[in-house]
Amino acid sequence: MTAISGCRRWVAQLAILALIALGTTFALEIFDPQNAQAQSSVRPPANATTNVTGGTVPGMSRSSESASEIWRAVRKGVKGTVSIPDKKAGILVQSEGDSWRAIRNGPITNWGAIGLAGMVSLLALFYLVRGKILVDHGMSGRTITRFADIERMAHWLLAVSFIILALTGLNIIYGKYFLLPILGKSAFAAISAGGKWLHNYVAFAFMAGLVIILVIWIKDNFPTKADFIWLAKGGGMFTRGVHPPANKFNAGQKILFWLVIWGGLGLSLTGIALLFPFQIDFPAGMEPVQQMQFATVWHAIIALVLTVVVIAHIYIGTMGMEGAFDAMGSGEVDENWAKEHHSIWAKEVSKSKSKPRRGRKTRAAPAE
Amino acid sequence: MARMKFLVDAERCIECNACVTACKNENEIPWGINRRRVVTINDGKPGERSISVACMHCSDAPCMAVCPVDVFYETDEGVVLHSKDLCIGCGYCFYACPFGAPQFPQVGNFGSRGKMDKCTFCNGGPETDKSDAEFKKYGRNRLAEGKLPLCAEMCSTKALLAGDGDVVSDIYRERVVSRGFGSGAWGWGRAYPGQGA
Repeated sequence: MTAISGCRRWVAQLAILALIALGTTFALEIFDPQNAQAQSSVRPPANATTNVTGGTVPGMSRSSESASEIWRAVRKGVKGTVSIPDKKAGILVQSEGDSWRAIRNGPITNWGAIGLAGMVSLLALFYLVRGKILVDHGMSGRTITRFADIERMAHWLLAVSFIILALTGLNIIYGKYFLLPILGKSAFAAISAGGKWLHNYVAFAFMAGLVIILVIWIKDNFPTKADFIWLAKGGGMFTRGVHPPANKFNAGQKILFWLVIWGGLGLSLTGIALLFPFQIDFPAGMEPVQQMQFATVWHAIIALVLTVVVIAHIYIGTMGMEGAFDAMGSGEVDENWAKEHHSIWAKEVSKSKSKPRRGRKTRAAPAE
Repeated sequence: MARMKFLVDAERCIECNACVTACKNENEIPWGINRRRVVTINDGKPGERSISVACMHCSDAPCMAVCPVDVFYETDEGVVLHSKDLCIGCGYCFYACPFGAPQFPQVGNFGSRGKMDKCTFCNGGPETDKSDAEFKKYGRNRLAEGKLPLCAEMCSTKALLAGDGDVVSDIYRERVVSRGFGSGAWGWGRAYPGQGA
């Protein structure tokens, strides 16, 4: 107790001393005649020399050389220093932004539109000229299993996510021209914001689907001799009654498979880079904003090419060919369809299974 | 009246960063976003220059051209503004802008972008002038109050000028003339090498 109260008294004495000291200094300041004069005006005294440089920049160090070289360098993207935490802000002018704008609003938008419209018109023309590709020998009524549950699951996982990603992606490029005038700005912005979130999350479903189809189908997608014959004959698509032999996948499907795999890989990598801005340093040696410009350009090009190709895939798998949808619908295709379109595969399957419908019977019957 | 313009006299800028601070304070800008910044070229070397940058309020603005949801608009005075209600945070304006003006607060997962924020030339946004909503989203609307952007008004060396383009260029032209050769005369050193002021 005594120690503490002693300490308190000591502190109080010190405080009083400090106050006195402060007060004295303050009083001295006020009554200092020189200080009083200085505070009366901020202007220089009448006899002071002003305008020492006669119109040139004070110090002369700055005006002795023309700065055009510096500004030329700045125009080309020289990075200076900044005192704010964001050191990326040191770039004064990134002209790549203008190039990015020109590429995105020019070739990507235009060629994408030409590609999409071109593919749709080609397919419409094909439908008018060739019509639906029918099974020449008619439906046999007997089916064989073409795609197992896991294969169909992987396909639809990839397909549904791709369609969602494609629609929300196309909205970012073309929505402004088509949807916005119809919906008005706020409704369109709300839809686009939702689309952006959907695009960000569904991307992971797409990547999962991509990995599964790669694993389950890669063995069936290496080129064989039959593929070259198939391609030389145009897959028999342009002539009735011509059916070049094909394996489980024909050459067209194999090309689609590899386009989807490599395109999907490109989309995934650029997409991940864009999902995590400033986190991924690729390609190294570029400024982050340039890396993102690079990523969006590739993302858009690959996506538009894949979308154009997939439109044709959707056409031939649904309204373009009789019996084709069953392969991914129920997984069971008609025997005659299989013999015509995938003859080598159909032979292999019937060899391995003595009875055509056995594959289906081995499935567990529902307990009713 | 011409467009509203910023002009930085690099012969006058002393890199005090008062414009940066004034902007942050006046508009109550969140952490991590700098509507204005001062960049120093050749820092510490002879011929060092500093320049204060923000949105340049371009005519034919790249941000406006690439925005997928069309949030940008230009006022009668040539100020480029945007609506935060419409912005979807795609980042395209950030890719296209040559001056690094658009910035995004991080919201939610994957470093995803929130609503874009950039210099408004102290002119607010689409909301009612001087309203609370406008202040919260875009900061002070000083033009509506009959004032100019605070960054330029605060500038102690008057390096940073803001206002009607005609007036701003008149002031700068006078400076160039009174300095004689050098600071203002573009390409002089290239045309007459070795000739000092």
